[in-house]
Amino acid sequence: MFGLKNNSLFGDTKKLEREIDEFVDILSEVGLVFKSIIPTYLNHSANGKFEEMVDRVKEMESKADKITKEVEHTLYEETLIPDARSDVLRLLEHLDEVIGMYQGNCYHFSIQKPDFPKEFHQDLIELTNTVVNCVEALCLTVRSFFRGIQSVRDNAHKVTFYEKESDIKFSALARKIFDSELSLDKKMHLRYFVEKIDRICDQAEDIADEIQIYAIKRSI
Amino acid sequence: MDLTIIIFLLGGLFLGWSLGANDAANVFGTAVGTRMIRFKTAAIVCSVFVILGAIISGGGTTETLGKLGAINALPGAFAACVAAGISVYMMTKFGLPVSTTQAIVGAIVGWNLYTGSTTNVKVLITILSTWILCPIIAGLIAMFFYIITKKFIQNSKLHILRLDAYTRLALLLAGAFGAYSLGANNIANVMGVFVPISPFTDISIMNLFIFSSKEQLFLLGGIAIAFGVFTYSKRVMFTIGSDLLKLSPVSAFIVVISHSIVLFLFASQGISDFLQSINLPSIPLVPVSSSQAVVGGVIGIGLLKGGKEVQWSIAGKISLGWFTLPVIAAFISFLILFILQNILNLTVSF
Repeated sequence: MFGLKNNSLFGDTKKLEREIDEFVDILSEVGLVFKSIIPTYLNHSANGKFEEMVDRVKEMESKADKITKEVEHTLYEETLIPDARSDVLRLLEHLDEVIGMYQGNCYHFSIQKPDFPKEFHQDLIELTNTVVNCVEALCLTVRSFFRGIQSVRDNAHKVTFYEKESDIKFSALARKIFDSELSLDKKMHLRYFVEKIDRICDQAEDIADEIQIYAIKRSI
Repeated sequence: MDLTIIIFLLGGLFLGWSLGANDAANVFGTAVGTRMIRFKTAAIVCSVFVILGAIISGGGTTETLGKLGAINALPGAFAACVAAGISVYMMTKFGLPVSTTQAIVGAIVGWNLYTGSTTNVKVLITILSTWILCPIIAGLIAMFFYIITKKFIQNSKLHILRLDAYTRLALLLAGAFGAYSLGANNIANVMGVFVPISPFTDISIMNLFIFSSKEQLFLLGGIAIAFGVFTYSKRVMFTIGSDLLKLSPVSAFIVVISHSIVLFLFASQGISDFLQSINLPSIPLVPVSSSQAVVGGVIGIGLLKGGKEVQWSIAGKISLGWFTLPVIAAFISFLILFILQNILNLTVSF
């Protein structure tokens, strides 16, 4: 009935709602773990804990991938939300990329072990906090897209705000690095990490912009 | 039953088939076109409810058409139906959202003119005014539903997927109601002219109830409409759903429910009697155009959104259809009656 292969219209809907909610929860949790990963990394005495946290991020990333695939299958097989299906799937893929960027940062720290002098620690932690706040605002934007599109604009505005903050903090830290007495190869290496963290915000802002367009399309 | 009677009835059945092929798309077009409901589901629900509407509530509008001109010979009724069918086909070719209603009225007037019978001007004026009122009322109802639906969605904070599920269910229920109203309101176009000369006799079923000759005619007409739904409406539904009306599924529901209410209002003896009982002007039971009710609903929503999306050219075409189609149908009816009487030597009136 209703164009579905089986009659579990509301059953499938509830399952998918749960999966999408769980996906956004993972995005938010990965951010919170990432927020503690950076200070843990900078505190060299806790390297065992750092690797443990990286593994946790990896697990969450795999779970998010699995959910994306399941949602994709159900949406297409059961022809649900035909008018917004492609938007929802693109959104989930782009959000999955954010989780991937978090994971990528963790791996790079784990493999390349950049040596951040103490004078940059506070700036790096602050930049990370801003990035995580930006993604948290993105999570709210995503949730409002699914449950109450009238708040999408407000939440998307917060994403833009944090993205600008992150740019300011990135520029200040990059300037500080290049003004330091470090050798050029070390400066370039540290800049690479700072830039990679800041890029998460750029991706978040792009997604928030996308969501605003999807919300306009969703208005009845 | 005489073979000639069957041949003459085919005229009405052809009209019923074209009504099913075209007007069912108004009821389920957007839902099927946007893949919210499968065609098979839509076709079954539509067919069942069209037949129910025709048999249970089809009497009122038929009576009104009968007052306009009581065609009293089968060849005459055949001529009216074929004239209506041809004129609808011609106008559809020009892309005008016309209806069998306007065509059959024109064809009946054509029969009146040919046979020298008097046309009840008062009834004619009532019918003409309902055609203008139909899209206007549909537009107003759509505006009302749009406002409350929008408020409901904003306040309920339903998940996009839950909203999708409810919209599917709503589209199906509104479609069933729309199909019932279509059957009730438009069966008169298909079988109305045959009622005074019905070849059937009343059948008593186990002495419990009587299946009247009129109801048998309506059942036959309903089946013809259902046949049109199954055989030809799929293409029209996909055209409506994806090309003509770019509506969201929720807006589609609003348009369908508005259209259904209007058709039901102009077909319901109960509502008409109720309004009369409380000293309010009763609603005339007149077959109205489902296509124009749909367009009225779309324009209503478009106006609420600021009017930019309203295609005024379509509104212009509708009003053009009010005048041109009945005239063309009357002319063709006149021509066919002339051929039947003078070339085939058939009696077109008594």
